[in-house]
Amino acid sequence: MHTLMSLTTPAVVTAVEDVVAPVAWDGARHAAWLVVVPLVSAAVLLLLGRRADRWGHWLGVLASAASFVVALVLFLGLLGQPAEQRVHDVSFGTWVDAGALTLDAGLRVDPLSLTFVLLVTFVGTLIHVYSVAYMEHDVDRRRFFAYLNLFVAAMLLLVLADSYLLLFVGWEGVGLASYLLIGFWNHNTAYAVAAKKAFVANRVGDVGLIVAMGLMFAAFGGLDFATVHAGVAGADTGVLTLIGLALLLAACGKSAQFPLQSWLGDAMAGPTPVSALIHAATMVTAGVYLIVRSGEVYAAAPTAQLVVAVVGAITLLFGAIVGCAKDDIKKALAASTMSQIGYMVLAAGLGPIGYAFAIFHLVTHGFFKAGMFLGAGSVMHGMDDQVDMRRFGGLGRYMKITYVTFMAGWLAILGVFPFAGFWSKDKIIEAAFVPVDGEPWRAWVFGGIALLGAGITAFYMSRLFFLTFEGQKRWSAKRDGSAQHPHESPLLMTVPMVVLAVGSVGLGWFLSSAGFVEWLEPSVGHAEHHEPVLPVPVIVGATLAVVLVGLVLAWRMYAVSTVPVAPPRGTVLTRAARQDLYQDVVNDAALVDPGRYLTRSLVYGDKAVVDGAVTGLGKVTVGVGDAVRRVQTGYARSYAASTVVGLVVLTVVVLAVRG
Amino acid sequence: MSTFVAPDIAWGPLVPVLVVLLAAVAGVLVEAFVPERLRRTVQLTLSLAALAGALVAVAVLWGDVRRTGGTDVLAGSLVVDGPALVLQGTVALLALLSVLLVADRVTGDEDAFAPTAAAVPGSDYEELARRRGLRQTEVFPLVLFATGGMMIFPATADLLTLFIALEVLSLPLYLLSGLARRRRLLSQEASMKYFLLGAFTSAIMLFGIALLYGYSGSIRFSEIAAATATPGGTDDLLLVGAVLLLVGLLFKVGAVPFHQWTPDVYQGAPTPVTGFMAACTKVAAFGALLRVVYGMLPGMRWDLEVVLWTVAILTMVVGTVAALVQTDVKRLLAYSSIAHAGFVLTGVVALDDSGITAVLFYLLAYGATTLGAFGLVALVRERGTRDGTDEPAVLGEATRLSQWAGLGRTHPALAVTFTLFLLSFAGIPLTAGFTGKFAVFSAAVAGGAWPLALVGVLASVAAGFFYVRIIVLLFFTEPAGSPAGADGTAVGEPAGGERVDGADGADGGDAPVASGVGGATAAGAAPLAAATADATAGPGTATADATAGPGTATATATATGTTVERGTTTVVPGEGLTVVAVAVCALLTVVLGVAPQPVLDAIGSVAVLLP
Repeated sequence: MHTLMSLTTPAVVTAVEDVVAPVAWDGARHAAWLVVVPLVSAAVLLLLGRRADRWGHWLGVLASAASFVVALVLFLGLLGQPAEQRVHDVSFGTWVDAGALTLDAGLRVDPLSLTFVLLVTFVGTLIHVYSVAYMEHDVDRRRFFAYLNLFVAAMLLLVLADSYLLLFVGWEGVGLASYLLIGFWNHNTAYAVAAKKAFVANRVGDVGLIVAMGLMFAAFGGLDFATVHAGVAGADTGVLTLIGLALLLAACGKSAQFPLQSWLGDAMAGPTPVSALIHAATMVTAGVYLIVRSGEVYAAAPTAQLVVAVVGAITLLFGAIVGCAKDDIKKALAASTMSQIGYMVLAAGLGPIGYAFAIFHLVTHGFFKAGMFLGAGSVMHGMDDQVDMRRFGGLGRYMKITYVTFMAGWLAILGVFPFAGFWSKDKIIEAAFVPVDGEPWRAWVFGGIALLGAGITAFYMSRLFFLTFEGQKRWSAKRDGSAQHPHESPLLMTVPMVVLAVGSVGLGWFLSSAGFVEWLEPSVGHAEHHEPVLPVPVIVGATLAVVLVGLVLAWRMYAVSTVPVAPPRGTVLTRAARQDLYQDVVNDAALVDPGRYLTRSLVYGDKAVVDGAVTGLGKVTVGVGDAVRRVQTGYARSYAASTVVGLVVLTVVVLAVRG
Repeated sequence: MSTFVAPDIAWGPLVPVLVVLLAAVAGVLVEAFVPERLRRTVQLTLSLAALAGALVAVAVLWGDVRRTGGTDVLAGSLVVDGPALVLQGTVALLALLSVLLVADRVTGDEDAFAPTAAAVPGSDYEELARRRGLRQTEVFPLVLFATGGMMIFPATADLLTLFIALEVLSLPLYLLSGLARRRRLLSQEASMKYFLLGAFTSAIMLFGIALLYGYSGSIRFSEIAAATATPGGTDDLLLVGAVLLLVGLLFKVGAVPFHQWTPDVYQGAPTPVTGFMAACTKVAAFGALLRVVYGMLPGMRWDLEVVLWTVAILTMVVGTVAALVQTDVKRLLAYSSIAHAGFVLTGVVALDDSGITAVLFYLLAYGATTLGAFGLVALVRERGTRDGTDEPAVLGEATRLSQWAGLGRTHPALAVTFTLFLLSFAGIPLTAGFTGKFAVFSAAVAGGAWPLALVGVLASVAAGFFYVRIIVLLFFTEPAGSPAGADGTAVGEPAGGERVDGADGADGGDAPVASGVGGATAAGAAPLAAATADATAGPGTATADATAGPGTATATATATGTTVERGTTTVVPGEGLTVVAVAVCALLTVVLGVAPQPVLDAIGSVAVLLP
């Protein structure tokens, strides 16, 4: 198949054509199994409890693998159809019927959703297999697999839903699974706090999605993609901009984009497979999916689109800078994830020209970042759960498979030819250099930031790689005091790493030559070719140059020279980066503390005013009751007397009214 | 000389009433001719059959009445129309369930009634009768007579029949109130008070009837209504007469300020009788009130509205507020029934067509819930030791609220059912009480009486407080008493605890329940309670107790100076009759709350009063 994507073609394009309208296809009904199978498995594992401990993890693997098979069948079915008929909406009956809002529970099977489904189920299955070994000594392994299955089900529902409301169900589902898995070891208070932090930050984003849905319902009278996208044409730009911004807020929460990114680093508290699957490969990319899926809205709201690009640009630099200073291997990887998703969001903010590349990078990133996380997990497995990179060094000789697979991921994220990242990330940088709406300054700013980000990425990822696998041994003793004996992990762990490494090496080239961009066109629209402000070869050359600079710098600092075991004081920027650029401090000062004061004063107000009124009323009532009780003397004579008094009073009143 | 002309009687429409009254007469004969050992069985069967027969008769008449709108019988003294049938059916159904409560021998082979009511409380003669195992099976015909009166009461079309029906239903109730097996003085006091005040208001009512006759020259409702349409010089006669008549009826429904007998009588009467009174009497009295207000006095609605409004508001407010400070379950339910009378009154006052349906539905819903609640009260017993010994025994009802603490843990089924009834009283959605309240308040609003509806809603909110308070007590309060009760093992095992004064157990209500008599009540009741405990302490009973649930001794009324152990309260299953009745009531409460529409439609299709 011929490809658009090659070194010499001007790869970048603008001007959308209409995305394909949904058509009916009975085969799409089977998509329901994708959600049902892992969900049932999760329910079984949770309900059976300890009885399923012996075989529960294999059921989890099986459910995930079964979903992958279904996805593969659907994919082949879709391939067999002409491109303009590859978008299918399938309804499973009325779900909401409330006044003006009628909504079917339905799934949309199209190239975009299937891409996600394949990624989630394939990488998900590998990580399930990996977890069987990784979690072997955890007494709650079955529960872990139940949560993983729950996550897979929710994530698939998220990407398959054909309406924003059903998407929201999946959106909340992955949020719940993420919360449960970050706090999986919640007997450790810090981990439980991290889970809560992720939950709250996500909640802020969820409000954005809810507001967006409210606005959509008000503006278009419906929440399914078809109605919303059809309604965009006649809608007011102001409303569309608001919807776009609200959706962006949602995406920021879920995808750890500025300013809601603070939770992702702490989320590394979860077991490493969770970090690989949820907080690197799949869930955190849901925001990108949401933006791409809402392409029609952003196309008609250029301001919102610009904000998306700005947020992406800020985050990619932010994450890259933080990544340079982190000594915790997982946190460094988390910062890198943040930064890479920043690339994707930036691409999505460029409009139709960037959608395909955003998704492309998302897929390749899903492979190489998951692979590196699994590698990190393997290192921790061999190093008694040590995560401080200053306590690693020279591990390449002891963990050959981990070393090689990690290297594949490292080269892929650097964007070295011909590794996967080269085919996706460099295309985003090229796209960023294309002037949008004929405003060249944007091209220079976004292109420049993307280029700079590539250089910093090369530096911090090389730093991570060299600190861990090269240089001298700086190992600390084990927690029980004995000496470290790093060893390679069992097959169940290394095989998934190898598979992902193969993807890190060849997936970019494969997808590119197989026409991935054309495959997505029915979903995200076709974009015309457009020239960037610099010639493409110059951009490619510059990118490789900054990457090389970053790599060499890291080599000199962390592979050749001696690395101190205790982190040096560092510059102002390093210290700031270690503290996540003081984002937590800002959040605390701007939101947490005022919120705390607000709740405190509300509690006080509730006690003093509301409760006071209620108890006061209660006291008055009881007082009256006591008075009534005193009248209840128990003497028949007084009862009779009060009857007579009542009678007389009533009679007098009646006569008075009459008279 | 005019010759007596026998009226042409259409017997068909009278069948429901006749079946019950004939069975009552037969019941009296059973007392005379059936050997003692069989009497209870025969009486119970007869009563149940008669009431079921009345229900069937109502059902048979239903289609006819629905088609024709009803007929008057006995030369116009009675009308059998839609509302009359609904009320008769309701009374028959609730009476049927009441008979189950009355018949149940909750502790051992003892029912709720004194072996010989004529014996002086605490006397040797009484003790002898108890040891002989005498039983008072006359209660069945008494209940049937009262039920017959109640079925006539809402179907009357003239003032004299109204009065006679009132007496027919009241006299057996006076008697029944005085028959409690335990706390006999309290019971006799209740009976006496009820009789005195009942006679007093009967006289007032009779006076009103005389005035109305004097005004209109007729005792027929329809003719009085016609007379009110033509204004004359003696309007005052009419007004005063109407007020006097209404006072008589309002006394029966327990409306403020004619309510004061209610708590004392409800507390003193045997609990099954209390349930019967609270449910059936109210249905019948409201039926009569409905007919009087809608059928006889509509021409005077502007004059009488002030009376009914005042009484309705007072009833809701006083009933609710007084219930807040009660410490005795039976008194609390009594005040709650007063408050409910106020709610029903708003539907009556509405003078709107929807008001009839609303009131009829409310009475059914309220009756079922109330009966169920009192049924449960009868099952919750004090557990103590026999006077001066360590022998375990189940004593009288544990009616102090503090004794109900923690029942949700020890007896969840009972507590959940009671909670259901409380929620229905409070008017929480998905219970019958909610539908009923919604119906009467809607009718009040439709009839322009929105202030009444407003007061009603506010009173419901306040009432929610004491209902929820009991729920909290049931489920979230530690049971008062010893830890021995908690492990559910030692039945009757002497439990550690403070020694309590007997008087504490005897009265639990408003400060001095007849301060002069109160002490005597306790003193009199105590030996009885202790004595009756003897019989229940046989080996067989002890095992039955063991299955009844965890619990130990509890405070007993012993003013004789002996002390008892304080422990937890227990629940006895009885013979199962009470349980069946309560279950039916609970079912009605749920069904009428979840799917009330068929019942509302059925009532609505016949809810037209025949003039």
